[in-house]
Amino acid sequence: MSIETISLSGRKKEVSDKKMTFWESLYLVAIVKGLFITIRHLFTRKVTVKYPEQVRERSKVYRGQHLLKRDEQGRENCTACGLCALSCPAEAITMTAAERKPEEKHLYREEKYASVYEINMLRCIFCGLCEEACPKDAIYLTESKVLVPSQYQREDFIFGKHKLVMPLTQAMQNAQLKNAN
Amino acid sequence: MESSIIIEKSIFIFVIFGLTMLMAMYSTWAERKVAAWLQDRIGPNRAGPWGLLQPLADGLKLFSKEEFLPDTPNKFLFVAGPAISMSVALMTSAVIPWGDKLEMFGRTVVLQATDIDVALLYIFGVLSVGVYGIMIGGWASNNKFSLMSAMRAASQMISYEVAMGLSIIALLMMTGTLSLREIAAGQQGMNWNVFYQPVGFIIFLVCSFAETNRTPFDLAECEAELIGGYHTEYSSMRMGFYLFAEYASMFISSTILAVLYFGAYNYPGMSWALENWGVNAANLIGFGVLFAKICFFIFFYMWVRWTIPRFRYDQLMRLGWQGLIPIAIVNIFITGIVMLWPEIMSALGM
Repeated sequence: MSIETISLSGRKKEVSDKKMTFWESLYLVAIVKGLFITIRHLFTRKVTVKYPEQVRERSKVYRGQHLLKRDEQGRENCTACGLCALSCPAEAITMTAAERKPEEKHLYREEKYASVYEINMLRCIFCGLCEEACPKDAIYLTESKVLVPSQYQREDFIFGKHKLVMPLTQAMQNAQLKNAN
Repeated sequence: MESSIIIEKSIFIFVIFGLTMLMAMYSTWAERKVAAWLQDRIGPNRAGPWGLLQPLADGLKLFSKEEFLPDTPNKFLFVAGPAISMSVALMTSAVIPWGDKLEMFGRTVVLQATDIDVALLYIFGVLSVGVYGIMIGGWASNNKFSLMSAMRAASQMISYEVAMGLSIIALLMMTGTLSLREIAAGQQGMNWNVFYQPVGFIIFLVCSFAETNRTPFDLAECEAELIGGYHTEYSSMRMGFYLFAEYASMFISSTILAVLYFGAYNYPGMSWALENWGVNAANLIGFGVLFAKICFFIFFYMWVRWTIPRFRYDQLMRLGWQGLIPIAIVNIFITGIVMLWPEIMSALGM
């Protein structure tokens, strides 16, 4: 196959500058054809979603706001290994690791934890690669409908642990649910 | 007797004025609706049922906006521009026969504000003044883009006025009159002029698009090249007047199209209805028929708008001068030959 005949989409069209015939140059036939194409749309189904009353269904793989998980005992899963930051194509994640002290055993699951964990929401593209890279089941992209609320300062878009870590109450609820099952 | 005629005509003029305004108002709504439908959307549906109160909401918004006056050398002309456009669009409705006649209160009421013998010339004369509104507004805006837009509108108007006039001549040769009432009356039953003058009709239709500044001939308004067009510097209701005038003139030109080529208020079976249902019923149906035809043409204007992209300026000029005008002239000759065919044959001794 020569390079001229290759067509990836299969819809390749040769450009031609042949002279139009008299009927073509009148455009009338083409215009009438076009009119029939547009009038057909008058009778097709409308795609509009009446937004406040009707909310469009989200896709099954929808990825919303990030969440740093706690386990059933309310301890943070994250060990600050940095794999999420490494896998992030937008380089939105930064973290600082710290060593767990003996009296903090009820707070963090492993000996190492993230003392600072920040996601720059102006950079994040919600690709979900952090979720896939995480070996500790710590970071998840939730189904939350709020993605990033609007702010006036750029600094407010850098989400720290206070916005990302799952609230303790929720962890407790999860634990209760698991026990009930 | 005289005073009753004055009362009758003034009432009629008010009704027609109101009707034109109403049609212009709801054309803006219809335009948005048709645009939405042709693009698989729903369109305005928040203000009132089916968005029917949308024109009122738009009007309220336009009235309550700030009126901005640019630092222009002539403020009077700046204000006069939209007023000229509007009054010109409304003036033409005076000579249009909206129906045949009604028998009311023991007297015959002719459904026409005034029946002048040169109605067609009057319409052409008044319509061509319409470009002054755009021209003056564009010039007084003190903005070179508005001026360029106004120049485009003016040259476009001149070019297409010629072709329009020529296409009408063939029709005049056939009907032998300039009075719109007689032209309308001459198309009884299905003797619509469009069947005898199809080429003339197409030329007239294309020129009407150009005269009303509608797509594909809306070169006077062009966001990409001219910021907005002749109305860039206009705000609030002055801007609204320009838009309103466009819709009013669209209504009027649809009416002219229906009257000249599509049989006006005539419909098949009209003579039967006149005999059996009386003058009033038959002619009221006639008015309804004319109105339906007008609505179809208004819809057609919108339909075309969402089908054909805007012309380039040189394409526009070539179509006008090298396309439509020669075709119109050939059309005149062919009409003449067909009309004189028996005489030609006898002169040749055949």
